[in-house]
Amino acid sequence: MAEEPMSPAPLPEGTASDTTGSRGSRLLGVLALVGLAVLGVLAFVLTDPDVRIHPSTGAEFGQFDAVRMLYVHVPLAVMTYLAYGLCAVASLGVLIRRTPWWDVTAHAAAEVGTVFCGLVLVTGSIWGRPVWNTWWEWGDVRLMTTLVLFLMFAGYLALRRTTGDPRAVSRRAAVVALVAVLDLPLVNRSVEWWENRTLHQQSTLGDLKIEDLTLFTLMLGFLVLGMVLAWLLLHRFRVGWLERAALDHSVAAAIVERRGETPDDELRRAVGDPSPGESS
Amino acid sequence: MTYVGYLIAGWGITLGTLAIYALRLIRRGRDLSAQVPDAHRRWLEDQGSGDA
Repeated sequence: MAEEPMSPAPLPEGTASDTTGSRGSRLLGVLALVGLAVLGVLAFVLTDPDVRIHPSTGAEFGQFDAVRMLYVHVPLAVMTYLAYGLCAVASLGVLIRRTPWWDVTAHAAAEVGTVFCGLVLVTGSIWGRPVWNTWWEWGDVRLMTTLVLFLMFAGYLALRRTTGDPRAVSRRAAVVALVAVLDLPLVNRSVEWWENRTLHQQSTLGDLKIEDLTLFTLMLGFLVLGMVLAWLLLHRFRVGWLERAALDHSVAAAIVERRGETPDDELRRAVGDPSPGESS
Repeated sequence: MTYVGYLIAGWGITLGTLAIYALRLIRRGRDLSAQVPDAHRRWLEDQGSGDA
């Protein structure tokens, strides 16, 4: 490997190497964009609305076209679980291995997961207005445990922005993440454990209550939002890695510059090391 | 189609937020990439422009 240059050398603009992208991430990004377009066509054009007929009265009921919101809402929720699960694993890595790789991974997963979790809350609220006739229900266990999850990881991200010893901040944040992630099973199982305290329906996929194109579209939603999650995690990780590298690089460059400006004797006196002439 | 406004709002907020966040990451990555040498960017290996 060539010796690393000690002064920042800006790269020419517009070259392929001045971004956090790579061939793999660009391919993933293109696939995710195409997938989102296909998902939109399936969700809005090819799938049917949820309309059922009451067996005794003959009246129509169901979610009607509001069901089209679930093709993003449900995959967003599952990707939130994945991102926060990754954050928990990486936080364990921070506490056990104490390497920057785990720390940057945990931070990236927490940030992307919080974006997804926020979207779960917003899309769920928008879906709930026509279906439940309410934007929000404070006594609903599914809604409240999800809100608590979001707020705990918002606290995690706030903690990451505090100043102080970076290693101590990393360890504290890792502990917060491991506590926050304990809410994940509560969020997921709340509709079964406290079924009388939630408006939220139980798992549709568990008993396979949907089929055909509806099921396919939902599965495609998982795949596409999974690719979006992977792309965002990859780029957020690289940004975090570069933030560390930029800091290290600027410190190294400042030391080199300082060495160049300071005579050797003066530098030795500053660090308490007597010069060869003085010690003899 | 029923509930069009809700659907546009839900899908629009989702796609818009993800797009803005992705663009913000790309821009931040560009700014930071200009400050560090290639050796700190291991993902450049597959482009043949990095030596790390």
